[in-house]
Amino acid sequence: MANVRPKAYPTDDEIWDLARARGLDPYPVIFESVPASVLYEFAAYLIPGRMSHWSYGKAYHAMKTRYDYGLNKLYEMVINSNPAYAFLLDSNTDLENTFVRAHVMGHVDFFRHNQCFQHTPHDMVDVASRHAERVRQYEFEVGRDRVEGFLDAVLALEEHVSPPGPSIKARERVSYGTRGRDRQSWDWDAEPAGVREVRHTEAADDLLLFLMQESRHLEDWQRDIVGMVRDEMIYFWPQIRTKIMNEGWASYWHATLMRELRLTDDDYLDFARLHSQVTAPMMYQINPYALGYAIYRDIEQREGRDAMFLARTVDDDVSFVRNYLTEDVVESLHLIVYGAEDDKVVLKSRALEMVRDRLVRELVHGGIPVIHVDDGDFNQRGELYLIHRHEGVDLDVPYAERALHSVHQIWGRPVHLETRHDDKRLILTYDGKSDTKVML
Amino acid sequence: MAGFVPDWSLQRKGATDQRRHLEKIKEALKDRLPDLVSEEAIIASDGKHVLRVPIRSLEQYKFRFHPWQGDRVGQDQGDGQPGDVLGRLPKSGQGAGQGDMPGEMPGVDYIEAEVTLDDIAGLLFDELGLPYLKPKPIATIPEPTWKFKDISPKGLMGNLDKRRSLRQNLLRNARTGPARVGGWRDSDLRFKTWVEEPQPEDNAVIIAMRDISGSMGDFKKMMARTFAFWMLKFLRTQYRSVEVVFLVHHTQAREVTEEEFFQLGESGGTKVSSVYQLCQEVIQTRYSPDRWNVYPIHFSDGDNWSDADNRRTVDILESLLPHVNVFGYGEIREGGYTSTLMSAFSRIQHPRFKTVTITQRQDVYPALKTFFPRKEG
Repeated sequence: MANVRPKAYPTDDEIWDLARARGLDPYPVIFESVPASVLYEFAAYLIPGRMSHWSYGKAYHAMKTRYDYGLNKLYEMVINSNPAYAFLLDSNTDLENTFVRAHVMGHVDFFRHNQCFQHTPHDMVDVASRHAERVRQYEFEVGRDRVEGFLDAVLALEEHVSPPGPSIKARERVSYGTRGRDRQSWDWDAEPAGVREVRHTEAADDLLLFLMQESRHLEDWQRDIVGMVRDEMIYFWPQIRTKIMNEGWASYWHATLMRELRLTDDDYLDFARLHSQVTAPMMYQINPYALGYAIYRDIEQREGRDAMFLARTVDDDVSFVRNYLTEDVVESLHLIVYGAEDDKVVLKSRALEMVRDRLVRELVHGGIPVIHVDDGDFNQRGELYLIHRHEGVDLDVPYAERALHSVHQIWGRPVHLETRHDDKRLILTYDGKSDTKVML
Repeated sequence: MAGFVPDWSLQRKGATDQRRHLEKIKEALKDRLPDLVSEEAIIASDGKHVLRVPIRSLEQYKFRFHPWQGDRVGQDQGDGQPGDVLGRLPKSGQGAGQGDMPGEMPGVDYIEAEVTLDDIAGLLFDELGLPYLKPKPIATIPEPTWKFKDISPKGLMGNLDKRRSLRQNLLRNARTGPARVGGWRDSDLRFKTWVEEPQPEDNAVIIAMRDISGSMGDFKKMMARTFAFWMLKFLRTQYRSVEVVFLVHHTQAREVTEEEFFQLGESGGTKVSSVYQLCQEVIQTRYSPDRWNVYPIHFSDGDNWSDADNRRTVDILESLLPHVNVFGYGEIREGGYTSTLMSAFSRIQHPRFKTVTITQRQDVYPALKTFFPRKEG
């Protein structure tokens, strides 16, 4: 053992200062050390103190079981807020914690500077806690089963929101501060019950917003729940859109900052092992840590550090891959395009263009089908007509049929969904009693 | 730390919602009881077999893409060439694959709940009750008994459960470092604790009767077996001791062992009165209704010898009914006609006489509920 000097690990503040000295600009970060049961709970709910639902319990159970059996380990969980909260597993070693702190610096800088996040509220933990409190209150008032049954429907549709974009035309920002308790002041009933033209309204792209505003079937508490689920999804949406960029950025920075620390040989080895675990390839999947990391490194080498910071600021996963994925990255990560051919799964290509185009397609809209409202008074009978914007891949029809039941539960009148299936128009309908399918 | 001083030990949400999820699985299993109850793998299992039951109702159905349409991007080891086969699609029995007509199930995601015999029994027995339970004179006053059947983190040192404590210690160490035994804390210790066992009131006897004439095929045997299995298991949870008498008959009746009862298959005609006669004798000589709760149950396909024998059967049955708790007649048929025996029985209006018809596996569950309704009446 040549190296016997005592290990000295940087404090929270030292890491933060180091990150800033290297060009990052993170929010202040509050680190908390928590036991596994708590960390995995946060990871399942994604925000501490979020509302209760069995689906989070299911996720928690699955993650915690994998941890208990030693199949996987979460080192940290970071919350996008100002100040940011980062929760570290209390059994982490000092070196692991140093590594994780460096990683967190990347995330928190990303939250602060990537344009997708410019509208996210900075106090989401508080907002989510208030939501949870209100849901509990509703459970008390109308009964747990009713609240749960309604949440089942709303959560099934939670992805179908339209967050205020980083677009050039500045949309009015959703004001989180006044939402919620003042909701009764919203003017639901001002709209006459007659024919409504919904095409081209903003809500037409935002199914939850539309249901919340236009359903004449909902009670106040139900409307409030739709609004809460929507608010939470809008908070998460930028994270869905930037998974590769965000994890890649954090990985780039844990690697960079760790190399600046004076680590012992043993620690350096441990760090290298951690880094390679995080960026290990996943067979037939994409490891976002590895892909993001490789692309940033590639940008840095070809275009310099400023270009890398620019990408971190203005891109999302779709534009990041489209603009910056190169032959070198495709080759070094062994990226492939594969898919079904008859009853086999076949490797189709390793060419940059194919990989890039296919990956962009997967990433568009977070990999979630785009459903928009076409008519809220279809047949002049208050029925809801939705259109799936078909972009090459069909819907999973049995799932769509069941999801349509959830729409019906919130809308209260017959609902229709138009999509394409096997290159034909397909219209699914649910009227509360039976499903019908019409192929045109 | 900016006034943020949470007490993490107060976090319970994950555990609470996890429990709710498990409750929902249980509810979903309940809906599947008609299938589960007649699942051969479970019945043949002696409680060791774990059945994986797909449950779809817990899936959150979202608008999502067809799982196997369109290409995907992933990583490999760098050695594959275009055209290489990487794997096979899930069998199209589950509906995956391209060109599905709507309505088939592409790549169904479901939870597989692991259930054991005891799980199913627990769910099933929640739904059953014991009608017409007669208080019997008690020969000996049942003493309350205690059983060590629970584990607690607090207790008397003498009741220390060493194996569980070791495991707990090992688990805790494994979570923070190398898995070893040592560094004991009080919280590692586990103690056996006892509970008072309520004593079931009395004894019951099942008189299981089965038609082994030539017309009873494999399906009919299986249904009779399934029904008798659950009935026996249920009554054993209700009474301190349950005895079973197995009787078989074609034109003549005789007493057999349990094994024979379920396996015998003979040829010949059917004379139901013979076995009811024997049943009566067994009750009179061995299981006095004053002291025993008597549950005769008879399985047949109802193809009886003659109308004269049907009449004779009904006579014996009517004389038996005041002395039994429930008399069950399960007619197992594969066709749609009504037997002459069932027609003869249909004239009997007695609350303790229950008939069911089983034509498919799923009928076993409602049949059990008919014989053992939760509420009397």
